[in-house]
Amino acid sequence: MPEALRFARSGTGAVGAGLLLFVVAVALVGPLLAPYPPERPIGIPYEGPSADAILGTDFLGRDVLSRVLWGGRSVIALAGLSVLLAYAGGLAVGLAAGYSRGLLDPVLMRSADVLLSLPALLFLLVLVTGLGSSRTVLVVGVALIQLPLVARIIRSATQAQSVRGFVEAAAARGERTSTILGRELLPNIVPTIAADIGLRLTYAIILVASVNFLGLGLQPPDADWGLMVSENRSGLNLSPLAVLGPATMIALLTIAVNMVGDAVARQQGVSATEVGART
Amino acid sequence: MSDTGSDARTSASGAVGARPHRSSFARLALRRIAAGAATLVVVSALVFVGTEMLPGDAASAVLGRTAQPEQLAEVRELMGLDRPAVERYLDWLGGVVTGDLGNSAAGYAAGVEEPVWDEIRGPLWNSVILAAIVVALMIPLALLLGVVAATSVGRTRDHAISLGSLAVVSLPEFIIGSLLIVVFFSWLDVLPPVSLVPPGTSPLARPDVLVLPTLTLLGATLAGSTRMVRAGMLETLGSDFVQMARLNGLPERRVVLRYGLRNALAPAVQVFAQNIQYLIGGIIVVEYLFNYPGIGKELVDAVAIRDVRAVQSIAIVIAAVYIAVNIVADVIVIALVPKLRSANA
Repeated sequence: MPEALRFARSGTGAVGAGLLLFVVAVALVGPLLAPYPPERPIGIPYEGPSADAILGTDFLGRDVLSRVLWGGRSVIALAGLSVLLAYAGGLAVGLAAGYSRGLLDPVLMRSADVLLSLPALLFLLVLVTGLGSSRTVLVVGVALIQLPLVARIIRSATQAQSVRGFVEAAAARGERTSTILGRELLPNIVPTIAADIGLRLTYAIILVASVNFLGLGLQPPDADWGLMVSENRSGLNLSPLAVLGPATMIALLTIAVNMVGDAVARQQGVSATEVGART
Repeated sequence: MSDTGSDARTSASGAVGARPHRSSFARLALRRIAAGAATLVVVSALVFVGTEMLPGDAASAVLGRTAQPEQLAEVRELMGLDRPAVERYLDWLGGVVTGDLGNSAAGYAAGVEEPVWDEIRGPLWNSVILAAIVVALMIPLALLLGVVAATSVGRTRDHAISLGSLAVVSLPEFIIGSLLIVVFFSWLDVLPPVSLVPPGTSPLARPDVLVLPTLTLLGATLAGSTRMVRAGMLETLGSDFVQMARLNGLPERRVVLRYGLRNALAPAVQVFAQNIQYLIGGIIVVEYLFNYPGIGKELVDAVAIRDVRAVQSIAIVIAAVYIAVNIVADVIVIALVPKLRSANA
């Protein structure tokens, strides 16, 4: 088994990976399989399940199944992008702060503290108030929330590595700082990143889905799981499936990502919850 | 000469560490509170700039695209938008410090003065009630479940608690809440799906509206705190002094409670603080989901209608509570772990 897939040996890892494959497959291939266009009404609102619409219809009479098949792309893409962005920024800040011996470290870390002293969702809502609801605001906002958390973890890993012999040897050889950071330090903090990334992704998915649920992210008539839970909740006693469908998909997605993340972290020798405790 | 001088300084600083605990405790606590206040000021600037990054201004935001020029000009003047941003920020901050949160922009748009504080006083209290119930249930339950899992590590009981909490901890609050509504309203029809609380009445008068919001927030926070209490207990139970206590033949119950839990408590305080902070974010979503008339729902409503003034003031109130929780936790930890005081002094 390749090194990268060793996490799947544990029960949690295997189940999580299976679930994750399923949800991602639904999000990617789903739109090709959807029986109806996601935005066209096919019947009366909140119809129960039938042969034509297996999961019934939503509050506007659109096919719930088709919308569930379409609705995963947005949350996965937006959450994934924001985590990438958070790592790009967090790596730069964390490496710089961890390796610096001057004022850079305290300045960067105090800024991180300030960003972290605001509840994540509150920070997003403040941004939405100022900049309006858009995909860009959502991605950048979630990335900004995660960036200080990533930076802190990378910083402490960098500090632990930068006193090791091979780093000091590289510095003594007169290597440039960028070379030391990129070639000596970065490869050695990969395990730290691997142990942390599942948690970051779970958190990003939760935030993106929550903002969409609040109606302050993606706007109707977009098909998005979070938005669907929100718009169909008034018909819960008529057609619970219109809420249960998208809610189940979000639940499976976050649980799967967290299980895989936990298994990877355990394999790296750190429990994800311990990583969380330290952030 | 200089040598003696430095010696004298060393012994003086040594004496600081040996001073009675109370004064160093008070000093540390005060320092922590001052740092918190400074953070809050920075956060207030962040909130102000963040909400005012509008392409237009606060008046056009709340009035929308259909606003008449005269109406725009009038609301602008009422809100004082013709003044420089720095002046408005200082004005607002000064108001916040003295308990005046300003008037809502939506109020001005409707032609009346609506103090934000009057609007959020009731909701804030409702949120505090909800949060207090959740915290009062979360702490004992998390300690119980965490200790049970840690003392039966590797057995079915531990697996059940660990896997269950791993699943729940990854769920967004609105998913937990929606699933609870499906079960307790759609299927069993025993609890209301929305928390109707008539204005001027307390949610405590109708406890049934509190059940589902409480369960939702409890699920979201209990899972995380249980996992961390378990991890902390495992660490202490594996340490030398616990082994020593066991070897001395102390009963296991006493070992777990006196030696294990007592020492896992200080880290647990941090864990609970983190989860209470998490709760403050979660409460926004949960109040919106259940239509519970709290400050979180006020905030979402204000964001939805782009009432910049209300968003700023509600945000700063929530941020203050958030930072206060952190300070209280730090102070409790300083009180619980005497070592921290001497190490810092």
